[in-house]
Amino acid sequence: MKESANVPSSDARGSGHSNKNAFFGRLAVYGFLLFVALVRPASAQESPYIVTYDHYLEEPGNLEIEYFSTFGTQRGGNDFDAYWVEFEYGAKAWWTTEFYLDGQTTFNDSTIFTGFRWENRFRLLQREHFVNPVLYIEYEQINEADKIIKEVEGHDVEADQAVSNALARRTLDHELEIKLLLSKTFKGWNIAVNPLATKNLLPSDPWEFGYAIGASRPLALKASASQCNFCPENFIAGIELYGGLGDTQDSSLHDTSHYLAPAMAWNLPSGWTLRVSPGFGLNDNSHRLLLRWGLSREFSGFGEVVRALLGGRR
Amino acid sequence: MKNARGIRPSMILLTVGYLVVAVYVTFAHSDDSGTMKHDHLHHHHFAEFAKVPEKARVRLNPLESDTDAVAAGKKLFAQHCAECHGSTAEGGRKAPNLRADEVQNATPGEIFWILTNGVVRRGMPVWSKLPEPQRWQIVSYLKSLAPAEKSP
Repeated sequence: MKESANVPSSDARGSGHSNKNAFFGRLAVYGFLLFVALVRPASAQESPYIVTYDHYLEEPGNLEIEYFSTFGTQRGGNDFDAYWVEFEYGAKAWWTTEFYLDGQTTFNDSTIFTGFRWENRFRLLQREHFVNPVLYIEYEQINEADKIIKEVEGHDVEADQAVSNALARRTLDHELEIKLLLSKTFKGWNIAVNPLATKNLLPSDPWEFGYAIGASRPLALKASASQCNFCPENFIAGIELYGGLGDTQDSSLHDTSHYLAPAMAWNLPSGWTLRVSPGFGLNDNSHRLLLRWGLSREFSGFGEVVRALLGGRR
Repeated sequence: MKNARGIRPSMILLTVGYLVVAVYVTFAHSDDSGTMKHDHLHHHHFAEFAKVPEKARVRLNPLESDTDAVAAGKKLFAQHCAECHGSTAEGGRKAPNLRADEVQNATPGEIFWILTNGVVRRGMPVWSKLPEPQRWQIVSYLKSLAPAEKSP
């Protein structure tokens, strides 16, 4: 087919797009450098959980930037590496808000952006109790090629993700997800239980249910007196169990997937946290392996810096 | 066709916009820590001591005789508390002076209880995520501090 003379060639269009992307790429890098110069790193005491949530929120005014990756095996399709960037901001001591950007690479297929999520967690009780509830509300705008498997719900099964990216990305989902985060820390052990309900905002779609359960403990409960990267109290070991529990149209557990995942977090005094978690599918509907890792860093005073930039007092 | 591998301008704008709005909303209806007078801050935070249950008030520090507790507590304080309370616990814009008489005269159990439960409405998070011995180490450090100098 001939190209019309009035229509720019695909090369010219591609070049314009590249220039625009390069400009915004540079802007992002400069913005990040400015941000690092203005805010201070803060020490974190992060849990090793990647799917489960405990009841601890981000400290007010702090921003945590996190990158997570999930390598998954895929029977009947291509293995994949799904990843997300997470911006977690402590709005109040009782409210944490997070913004996610998701993407994935399916080997022998393509790399695509799959959508965004906006998550909010609200602490319901002011003090510590026998069980501490936190309300979690999230809006997701993701396409069906999303594979980060941040939660498992309804009748999610491995075969759902064998579809090619070109086909899966055509369907865009708007989902509301609600969780009740129940958590308790006792004698160094944290136990967390997260029942969840998700609804695709299409009226015809059912509510889907799922769960995540986690337990974790630092390798040492007392801190050593000296600064150290490899002190046992800097390491927190844990285990997660998560899966789907059917939906309002079919509450049976057939065609549900479940995972068991040991996890480890290494909290460095410099403010970095490294997490690693190999997850193993517990039935034939589950991916055999979900190998996850994540790197995060917490920055204090972010809220004050933005406030100062907007003209307020720092 | 969109370049899926490139950074999408819309995503950068969306991310920056989100963060700015989040911070703006946070401060828009705040009373707020930024303009709160020091005495006001001081009064409200120390009022929490009155709420400590008797059982918690009389708890003794199990690390009282631990020779490393103060040094370990100092390290933990620098990592988790100094950001708001100041590097030498002298207080900051967001959080009170911990060398104040109210803290120095408080029992170890009272300080431990406040550390565990936070003062969530006033912006202090709960710190029960630190294991109990680490919270007692912080208490040991705080009780080792000299009281604040009185202004003439």
